[in-house]
Amino acid sequence: MSSDRRRAEKAARIRTLLDTESDSVAANATHLNDRRYEALDELGPERYEELRSTVREIKEDAIERLPTLLDQLRASVEANDGELFVAADAAEATEYVTSVCAAVDAESVVKSKSMTTEEIEVNAALEANGLDVHETDLGELVIQIAGETPSHLIGPGFHKSRAEIARLFNEVFDPEEPLETPEELTAFARDYLAERIEAADVGMTGANFVVAETGTLVLVTNEGNARKVVESTNHHVAVTGIEKVLPTLASVRPFVELIGRTATGQSAAIYNTLISGPVDSPPVPTEDSDAERTFHLVLIDNGRSEMRDDPDLRETLYCIRCGACNNVCANFQGVGGHGFGGETYTGGIGTGWEAGVHGLDSAGEMNDYCTGCSRCEPACPVKIDIPWINTVVRDRVNAGDDPDAFDFLVDGLTPDVQSGGMDLQKRFFGNFPTLAKVGSLTAPASNWLAGTDTARALLESSFGVDGRRELPRFRRETLVKWFDRRATTDPQSPEREAVLYPDPYTNHVAVERGKAAVRTLEALGVAVTVPSLPPSGRAPLSQGMITTARQRATDLWGAVVDDLRAGRDLVVVEPSTLAMFHRDYEHLLSADRFDSLSDNSYELVEYVFGLLENGADSTALVGPDPDGDTTAVYHSHCQQRTLGLEAHTVAVLEDLGYDVTTTDVECCGMAGSFGYKREYYELSIHLGEQVAWQLRAANSQRVLASGTSCVDQIDSVLDATPRHPIELIAPR
Amino acid sequence: MSPPESSTEADTRGPLERFEARAAAVGTETSRVAAETATAAIEAACRGATVGSPLGSEVSLPSSVTVDPTREELLAAETGVTAGTLAIAAYGTVVVTPSPNQEGAVSLFPPRHVAVVRAADVVPDMAAAFDRLAEAFAAGRDDAVFVTGPSATADMGELVQGVHGPAEMHVVVVEGSA
Repeated sequence: MSSDRRRAEKAARIRTLLDTESDSVAANATHLNDRRYEALDELGPERYEELRSTVREIKEDAIERLPTLLDQLRASVEANDGELFVAADAAEATEYVTSVCAAVDAESVVKSKSMTTEEIEVNAALEANGLDVHETDLGELVIQIAGETPSHLIGPGFHKSRAEIARLFNEVFDPEEPLETPEELTAFARDYLAERIEAADVGMTGANFVVAETGTLVLVTNEGNARKVVESTNHHVAVTGIEKVLPTLASVRPFVELIGRTATGQSAAIYNTLISGPVDSPPVPTEDSDAERTFHLVLIDNGRSEMRDDPDLRETLYCIRCGACNNVCANFQGVGGHGFGGETYTGGIGTGWEAGVHGLDSAGEMNDYCTGCSRCEPACPVKIDIPWINTVVRDRVNAGDDPDAFDFLVDGLTPDVQSGGMDLQKRFFGNFPTLAKVGSLTAPASNWLAGTDTARALLESSFGVDGRRELPRFRRETLVKWFDRRATTDPQSPEREAVLYPDPYTNHVAVERGKAAVRTLEALGVAVTVPSLPPSGRAPLSQGMITTARQRATDLWGAVVDDLRAGRDLVVVEPSTLAMFHRDYEHLLSADRFDSLSDNSYELVEYVFGLLENGADSTALVGPDPDGDTTAVYHSHCQQRTLGLEAHTVAVLEDLGYDVTTTDVECCGMAGSFGYKREYYELSIHLGEQVAWQLRAANSQRVLASGTSCVDQIDSVLDATPRHPIELIAPR
Repeated sequence: MSPPESSTEADTRGPLERFEARAAAVGTETSRVAAETATAAIEAACRGATVGSPLGSEVSLPSSVTVDPTREELLAAETGVTAGTLAIAAYGTVVVTPSPNQEGAVSLFPPRHVAVVRAADVVPDMAAAFDRLAEAFAAGRDDAVFVTGPSATADMGELVQGVHGPAEMHVVVVEGSA
């Protein structure tokens, strides 16, 4: 299929999800987000970070020692009169479960929720052997009777509204009185399932954690169904991944304290059930008077050992499947797990799981939905660098793509290191810095040319640049050129010296914010230079071009090292560039270079904040007329929020007398090139409208945004062109 | 270790008060009684046909409670009474320790669960609870359910209490019991 056709189909698929599942997914995800933020506020940031560090260390250690722990676990399970089976793949696992059921002449199986059993598709295998299988988690029940797949790691029916569930139940079960309210639906499902649980022969569960030292499963539920299926059947078959093993009982504690909070915003899940072997409850009476309870633990490998050996995918194994990265993700809120999901797993971390257990085809399909906005990173209780996993998967998908017919068009713009078969659209956007350079050199002709119908048609069909997007307008005079030409206005005896980093957007497109930055810094006593510097590598990295990005990082390091060694600060206007220096370069540069760059680089208004805190004179900056309109509304940038730098801008504005309202949308939906891509245009606009709605509600003439993407996005969904905060406060 | 409550009140209240406050926050009712009146208090907390597991302390179950219930009695009961072997002040959590006395089912199947906890078994936080749990495991009691509120789901569009487990949860805290 041509890439043009593929894009059209993906766009159509997204349109369908936006029309059908988006509202329910967004409502559920934002509700869980709000609850999570509340629960973490109550816990306090220090305690949260302490728990995160603790569980991270436990997971790193457990995965490192996994083979030893599995041996220890086998001995523990056997000492508890249970059996442990480690399945190499899905087929071995389902075969084992089926044989256990056959050995006890089972006719029906009741299950509590388990994504791992979705991964190995055990229901289909059991049904093929004539067994009845009933999901007892209410969300799973909905999915089972609808014949669908889960759309979220912990909320399988996330994409269905109450009304849709009621319609489904009324159709399938045809109750005497139609069901309508959540209470009626819950009561009906409980009674329906109680009968099936009571009649079942085998109870299947997953396991959230497995303790090597004691052979104990930890099951985390709110409904109570895990314990109920175990109590109500004599044969317990637990299925989970080998990565769930923890060393000791004591190591479970911090996970119990975190998982309820990050999953559903509860201080703790309602039921944390610890089971070690067959439970001590008397066997359920059967026709067989010698009935006894049995316990089988099935651990699935299914690609996990290879993930463990893969330095980039290994972190995925630390995932505790709480779903926080799903909820916090703007694109997930837009399309849900049926869009941002693979064969089994959903959302940001889902890409790592799919790459590991199902392969790159499944992971590649969903991977584009990760824009690298990084909002999932602080949400992850195990501190997994989910954006990096998505970048790595994108890089691997790129390497496997077939060469395209239009290669010659971009070859001149693509560095040799990364040429080959990757998607033309990715190469186009990955080369934005070069494009910007050419654009400025030839402006305004480049802008006229890019605006012609012929050029737009070519951009859309060959490069997948949506024709409905306004393209950036390149400025003939770049920031660097402006700076070189102007008369020097260096402050006398400067307090500090700073290099203002001219990222391609600030240098070629949004030049005014760069000029405002220079004026502001100089007014606050800083000696500024704006040298021509290499691009940061953000554009290629966002397209998964890691080799190119690493080359850019190395070049940039070489260009700024003397300034850094001379004690100059690196001040950055574009938050996505700062995120490179503070996060992504950890993967691209040696540790000492990364430390040096991240320690000495600052977001522009964060830097202003620091100068003011250290005694710089704020009267040099522009505040509002205190008797006039003092309002301002500010949309921070996703990566800026992740870096914890939204507050600095708000503080500076408030210090100057502005009355600031902020948005709480996780990401504007533009996310660099994402919103320009034809297949994602409508999703991007859908998300942008959430930002627009909040901005309009603030009812202020001063609309501010820090990221260029956000500015472009807001510009296209709102009747106001936002400014960077620096343009508001800079001396004229 | 600091409790998850950020309010300064947490520092001045004793573990029993903190337990009661957190239990209320997760939807669990509590009552606090002296050992001598515990049996009557348990009875007052029960509704309808009640099944129970022996409490293993000096507190006796009310005579109206059916101990060692049959499957039918278990499924028909409106209330189940068990001991709570531990309670965690910082979370409002009660720990049930299933044994051959059917605590696992008695605490879970009836729509109302009454847990009886000795005041001395109310520990401040999760770390203290896991210390006690390790002792229980070492003594061979390696099965435990941490219960933090009535069973609930949001899968039907809104939060509803009472799914596969109880819709109501009541903890009787017994002071001065051995």
